[in-house]
Amino acid sequence: MANGTIAISEKSFFEEGTTKKANGILSWLLSTDHKRIGIMYLFSIAIFFFVGVIFGVLMRLELIAPGRTIMDAQTYNTIFTLHGVIMIFLFIVPGIPAVFGNFFLPLQLGAKDVAFPRLNLLSFWIYLIGAILVLISLFVKGGPIDTGWTFYMPYSVRTTTNVSLAIFAAFVLGFSSILTGLNFVTTVHRLRAPGMTFFKMPLFVWSTYATAWIQIIATPVIGITILLVMLERYFGVGIFDPALGGDPILFQHMFWIYSHPAVYIMILPAMGVVSEIIPTFARRTIFGYRAIAMSSLAIAFIGYLVWAHHMFTSGMSDTAAIIFSFLTFIVALPSAIKVFNWVATLYKGSIDPQPPFLWVMNFIFLFTIGGLTGLVLGTLATNIHVHDTYFVVAHFHYVMFGGTGTIFFAALYYWFPKMSGKMYNIKLAKINAGLFFIAFNTLYFPKFILGYMGMPRRYYDYLPEFADLQLISTIGSWIMFLTIILIIYNLVSAMLSGEKSIANPWGGVTLEWHTPSPPPLENFDEIPTVTHEPYDFSQLKTMKYIPKGETYE
Amino acid sequence: MSNHSAQIAHKHRDDVGSRMGMWLFLFTELLLFGGLFLIYAVYRHEYIAQFRVAAMELNTTIGALNTIILLTSSLTVALSIAALQKGNKILSILLLIMTNILAFAFMINKYFEWSAKIHHGIYPGSEHLLNLPNGQILFYGLYYIMTGLHGLHVIIGLVFLTTVLAFIITGSVNKNNYVKLENAGLYWHLVDLIWIFLFPLFYLIQ
Repeated sequence: MANGTIAISEKSFFEEGTTKKANGILSWLLSTDHKRIGIMYLFSIAIFFFVGVIFGVLMRLELIAPGRTIMDAQTYNTIFTLHGVIMIFLFIVPGIPAVFGNFFLPLQLGAKDVAFPRLNLLSFWIYLIGAILVLISLFVKGGPIDTGWTFYMPYSVRTTTNVSLAIFAAFVLGFSSILTGLNFVTTVHRLRAPGMTFFKMPLFVWSTYATAWIQIIATPVIGITILLVMLERYFGVGIFDPALGGDPILFQHMFWIYSHPAVYIMILPAMGVVSEIIPTFARRTIFGYRAIAMSSLAIAFIGYLVWAHHMFTSGMSDTAAIIFSFLTFIVALPSAIKVFNWVATLYKGSIDPQPPFLWVMNFIFLFTIGGLTGLVLGTLATNIHVHDTYFVVAHFHYVMFGGTGTIFFAALYYWFPKMSGKMYNIKLAKINAGLFFIAFNTLYFPKFILGYMGMPRRYYDYLPEFADLQLISTIGSWIMFLTIILIIYNLVSAMLSGEKSIANPWGGVTLEWHTPSPPPLENFDEIPTVTHEPYDFSQLKTMKYIPKGETYE
Repeated sequence: MSNHSAQIAHKHRDDVGSRMGMWLFLFTELLLFGGLFLIYAVYRHEYIAQFRVAAMELNTTIGALNTIILLTSSLTVALSIAALQKGNKILSILLLIMTNILAFAFMINKYFEWSAKIHHGIYPGSEHLLNLPNGQILFYGLYYIMTGLHGLHVIIGLVFLTTVLAFIITGSVNKNNYVKLENAGLYWHLVDLIWIFLFPLFYLIQ
């Protein structure tokens, strides 16, 4: 069974599809190949991300000076809501699992595809339908949603804008997320290659596995919460309406029971990617493999118990607030375990600072700031001071964009040669990484200070003393925009006219580097048998594909 | 691992995996209702007396009848799976049709029950309901949401069972490949199970 030597066709998955038609758009849209689905996700997510970026830039432009600049207050409310909804539900939550999880989970496990290929295609379509519903909600009668991405009661029931359609879209997207999650869990349990025990799985697989569990367990709760908001709007049931005996705070509990674990849906896969990139570019096995694997599960578990730290000022008993503050500190421990292990891996490694590695350095810097300011927010006393200020905005942009967003780019730069078989301009990619660092800190760091000074989040207008920092932040948004354009330019031009890449440009050793780039339809010429630990670089000597100009004799 | 031909690349079959996927999905369904059970618990705690008064109004007989119907349908679907495993296709089909009829009967009962309530002016947002105390409004709100969502699941289950029925008739679900029927059965048991919780919460506890 292992080492089956029946060679299959040598065409890549770009040339050979799973449908009868070999090429044409339908062979993509109806493909059940996890790699094609991953790439379709990549395209759609990239487009929505760009829309979100444009909304973000418009918002910053409005805030460049006090008073009205380019839009009225209602438009501003709409734009920041859509920026949140698009970035969270359409980019950060599905981003890494849907694109790289789909593409690389089966490859890293040595499987031919995910457990349910047709369900996988269905999830993609559900995602797309959800995304289109969001866009439709912009244009139909009532106007775009203006509640903020949290849909807080009772405003979300009272506003006349198109709340129902937008939250129904979120429900649909949640459904897609659940299906992807259960697909991944089943894949990990059923389709590991011979010899691939749980503790030989690459860490990206571990973190995607933990994420999939959160998707399965947390998403239904927001599903029902969202349905209740819709029922409230249509029938006035009264579940969250104080006039009818309901409790709006209960909505916040229900909402954050999902949406806090969702933060870990966003960050865990990113941490998995970091655990892949660091050993590859340090040429050294990862330090504390089991600790990193287990800390993913620990984050997934503890992440459930901390939701109410979003509600310290909403009216909760002091005892509850203290308990949630304490639990919030505990969830920092497994994250810290990971960071320490990454740093320990770098120690005495022979580091090769290629673009993916530079992006990971960006990540460690930005995510550490995000994590430490999270402690400020998790502490009850300081939270009361900075609650719902720009401090929070800065914190979650450092964690989500600086964490997950940065790693989305790192993963793109790391796996792009494997996915497309082409190599991008490495020098430009390095410049990109540096520029991103500057742009990011110019854009978001002033917000910490603004928040500390008392600038509330979501406000359309502000006092003159905040003007200078707001201006700096807006200038940062322009550099950021430029950076993102450069990234897109670099990758698109590589795809269209880049040099052909070798199969293993970075000298990685996990299973996806044991197959040609781009991989054939069924991933491997022969089913691999796993005998090594995932980051055992001694196997480079015996590997078929190694970086150019290197010998491992 | 012998199917290496590219054309049938994705025809691999993994019954254990399919069942596992179904269980995971059922888990998410339980959590969906779990959110509602949580809300029910909170408001029952807050308005004990009024929930009691409102619950007296519900028709326990119809509820009990529906419980019997659903439990029986769970039995017939289980028997249908057993029949197919033993190779008795006709019996399996008959039992599955019976399950569908029972599911219909459940919905018909539900229709009469709901329309009687609505006829009495008890429905979300109605004038009659808004004049009642808050606890009763919430009780009826939850009653409509939870039994309504359950009813929706009955309909989805019906569609699921009917699809599998068509597969059995055409023979693609058969003695050697019955995991689809099993999964439909699992789903139907879940629908039944949720009702077993809804029934006492709304009709019996008084």
